Formats: sequence, structure tokens, C-alpha cells
Amino acid sequence: MNEVFYVSSVVAVVSTLVAITGVNAIHSLLYLIVSFLAIALVFFTLGAPVVAALEVIIYAGTIIVLFVFVVMILNLGRESVEQEKRWLRPTTLIGPALLTTVLMGEVIYLLARNTSTLSGVEAIQPRELGSALFGPYLLGVELASMVLLAGLIGAYHLGRRYRRDEMEERRDELAE
Amino acid sequence: MASISMEQGLLLAGVLFSLGLIGVLARRNIIFILVSLEVMLNAAGLAFVVAGYRWGQADGQIIFLFILTMAAAEVSVGLALALQLYRHFKTLDVDAASKMRG
Repeated sequence: MNEVFYVSSVVAVVSTLVAITGVNAIHSLLYLIVSFLAIALVFFTLGAPVVAALEVIIYAGTIIVLFVFVVMILNLGRESVEQEKRWLRPTTLIGPALLTTVLMGEVIYLLARNTSTLSGVEAIQPRELGSALFGPYLLGVELASMVLLAGLIGAYHLGRRYRRDEMEERRDELAE
Repeated sequence: MASISMEQGLLLAGVLFSLGLIGVLARRNIIFILVSLEVMLNAAGLAFVVAGYRWGQADGQIIFLFILTMAAAEVSVGLALALQLYRHFKTLDVDAASKMRG
């Protein structure tokens, strides 16, 4: 189990390093996905399968999709088609593909070994997590829902497109 | 079979957090700053999960779930701000918005 932890740690650090030093937003996001997947494997080796699944679904799924949407929205126009072609050359996919292949190999290795107990420590089961979440942490769950509501309203308000006259007025104010 | 020690997990969390911090400090493109913030929040969550693993309790994972919620709310507001920044200044450079009104 240790070797899986070490290999995915290295993959996570390398892909994070490439992600934060990259110049191209989409390439960085590709490496960020690899980083999240590697950290999900780390969670799995640390006996947290539920958290590993949530990491894949929410971080590598939802949050990355949000980022990609915003990058795409910011690149509207005629030149964006050319940009797409430049961004999605097969050579740019080699790095992330190699790193995910390493992670895939680790998953196959884990499945082949068929370990019910992970690294000597019992994995925390969903039942345990759920009963704690809706027992002593109930107030925290309610507060998390309030945070999400605040995020929803905030994002709606900030992302709203102003009418043209209103927008020019604001730009004039800002230009002063 | 030796199990993973807590120090190794915390070292990984520390390295990832430092990378995110360097990203926030060094980059000026708001998209990359938000990416680095995600990396930092993820590393903080990893530290909690490592602590939960060390004592075999579910609490660390629950705190990770709360961090996950907070990160999702944060990134939606942050990306809306990025869109506004681009609409007003036609750039993604955060230094363009360094002046305050009032």
C-alpha cells in the first residue's frame, strides 16, 4: 500500500507543479485534473474511499467544469476556433495522459491485490461517516447549506450581465 | 506491511500547500490564482484526512466535506468575479483592478 501512496504523491506534486507554472489555462486545467485524481488515490490509501469518490466527482468533475466554462466564455469570437485547434493538439495531451496511465496502473494493482483492509487501518465506511455527519455535525451540515446558498446568490449577482447603458455608466465611473 | 506514517502524509499536504501559495503569490492571471487557491484548499483537506487516518476517526473526513463545500462556493464566486474583471478591464490581470473607489 505504501508504494501506491508514494507513486501517487509524486504524480500529485509533479502535476500540481506543472499546473501552476503553465502559461495556457486549458493545459493547466488538464494537469490539475491529474493532480486531483492522484490525491483521490492518496485518500483511498489513507482509508477514506468516500472522500476519494467525492474528490473525483466534485473537484475533478464539477470545479474543473466551472473553470473550463469560464475559460471558454472569455475566449468568444472568431480567433477562438484557431485557438481551440492550437490548444487541442495531440502533443499537449501526452503529459496528462502519461500521468493518468500511471494512476490507472495503480488502480489495477489495487484491484488485483483485492485488499479488504487498507494499509493495516480499517477504511472508514460510508455508514460511519453518515451517522457522524447527521449526528454531532448536524449544525455544520446546516451551515454548509447556508454557505452554498450564499455562494449561489453571490455568483448570480456578480455574474449578471448589466444592460449596456448601465455598463457604460459603471465604466465611466471606474475610469475616473 | 508498514503503514503510511502521519509525517509522510503531512509532508505531502505541506508541499502541495506551498505550491498553491507560490502560485497565488507569483501569478497575476486571476484564473491561475483561483487554480492555486483550489490546490491550497485541497492540501488543507488532505491534512485533515491524514489526521483522521492517524486516529482512525471519521471526523477528519467530515471536515474535508466542509472544506469541499466551501471550495465549491468560493470557486463559483471567484469565477463570477473573474468574468466581471474581464468585462470591465478587458484583461485577466488582477493588477488592473488594484485601485479602490471611495
